[in-house]
Amino acid sequence: MKYVFQFGIVWDHLPQLLAGAWLTIRLSLGAFALGFVIAMLLAFLRTAGPRPFRAGIGAYVEFIRNTPFLVQLFIIYFSLPAIGIRFEATTAALLGMSLNFSGYATEIVRSGIEAVPRSQIEAGYSLGFTRLQIFRHIIVFPALRTVYPALASQFVLLMLGSSIVAAISAEELTAITNTLQSTTFRAFEFYFVATGLYLLMAVGARLLLHAIYWAVFERARPGEWGWSR
Amino acid sequence: MPLLALSSIHKRYGSNLVLNDVSLDVETGEVVAVIGRSGSGKTTLLRCINGLETVDEGSIVFDGKPLPPGGSELRELRRHIGIVFQSLNLFPHHSVERNITLGPTTTNKLPLLEARKIALDVLREVDLEDKLHAYPSQLSGGQQQRVAIARALAMRPRLMLFDEITSALDPELVGEVVKVLERLATSGMTMVLVTHEMGFARRTADTLVFMHHGRVWEKGPPRELFAAPKTPELESFVRAVLEPND
Repeated sequence: MKYVFQFGIVWDHLPQLLAGAWLTIRLSLGAFALGFVIAMLLAFLRTAGPRPFRAGIGAYVEFIRNTPFLVQLFIIYFSLPAIGIRFEATTAALLGMSLNFSGYATEIVRSGIEAVPRSQIEAGYSLGFTRLQIFRHIIVFPALRTVYPALASQFVLLMLGSSIVAAISAEELTAITNTLQSTTFRAFEFYFVATGLYLLMAVGARLLLHAIYWAVFERARPGEWGWSR
Repeated sequence: MPLLALSSIHKRYGSNLVLNDVSLDVETGEVVAVIGRSGSGKTTLLRCINGLETVDEGSIVFDGKPLPPGGSELRELRRHIGIVFQSLNLFPHHSVERNITLGPTTTNKLPLLEARKIALDVLREVDLEDKLHAYPSQLSGGQQQRVAIARALAMRPRLMLFDEITSALDPELVGEVVKVLERLATSGMTMVLVTHEMGFARRTADTLVFMHHGRVWEKGPPRELFAAPKTPELESFVRAVLEPND
């Protein structure tokens, strides 16, 4: 093997790589927050809203989940300008990631909502609650607890999937790495380090998510609580 | 005027007539026990009273006003009608105190401090004031049902409905719940109970209603009904529940 590894050049460009990783993190957190809010709203309307809403939301979810993320991104970044809606690359990336995440998260949250026993909801009705009050006081917390692992995995997928937004040249980790390796011809070294950074971010995210689960769902509300039906 | 007046209620699930021409008046302070085999329509009847089920024909009049079909009027009415279910359904993510204050603060718009006072009061009524900060999973089934009773009482209802609330409990836990029910009955609460506790029904109920095939088959003071059933159906039911091994 003739190839001589030179990681020194990666070291020289580390600040740029870290800036890219930072944007990856910000995009992921931003898309998670935005997508999650959308998902909660859609999941509520999907389970308790007027019938036309339910059908419309179902169609939205299926559209998101059955078309490629890359194409969704191109629609936002390349197609929408044709009808006068323009975004910067980073904004388009955030929007695309948020909408994409919201599609998957809506389904996840919905499954959590549907796991809440009917008798809990009837107890809420019997106390004179509105649907929104039932959702807020009775459904949200147990539903999120149920689907937390799925939601956490989906967040990691979101973060890793964010590398796709390099295709519209949002300057996140993958895009920066692409640029650096093509100007330095050090593909192995740069992708190797970028992979390591993704790995670190993903593992870090999982640990953090685990800690959040513990703090929110176990420490604050003790005990086993299975449903009695 | 009766507090609750059901007249000629019919309820169908598909072609199955679950409630067939049911009429029943409940006076203020009256304790009505509803008995009957499973599938006789007891639970459905109870659920119709607070609008968890709709009726196909007939009318339900509470305190002189017909039961509204839904919306804010039905929610308003539900404040006055408490219900405790067979399934243990305290909210598992809220403490006992929050389970109880949630209704008063959300529906009755009481300040939290006032609701907390009520929580303590109603927990005393069910002998569980020491469980104020416990979570449902830390309680026995009997304790959970007593908290469920307290949760309903915290709304200061004028009518309480109980749907076989001891049926899901281990036998040794039934007594503590029945004791609370008896105390509640003595205090003058208007109650409609679907129950399998015949001893309780006989001791405490003013009126016993025997349901069969979705109808009120027999109705009257419990002692009379138990001692001298007029219909063979009640007679065989009484025999079956009093001597279950026959």
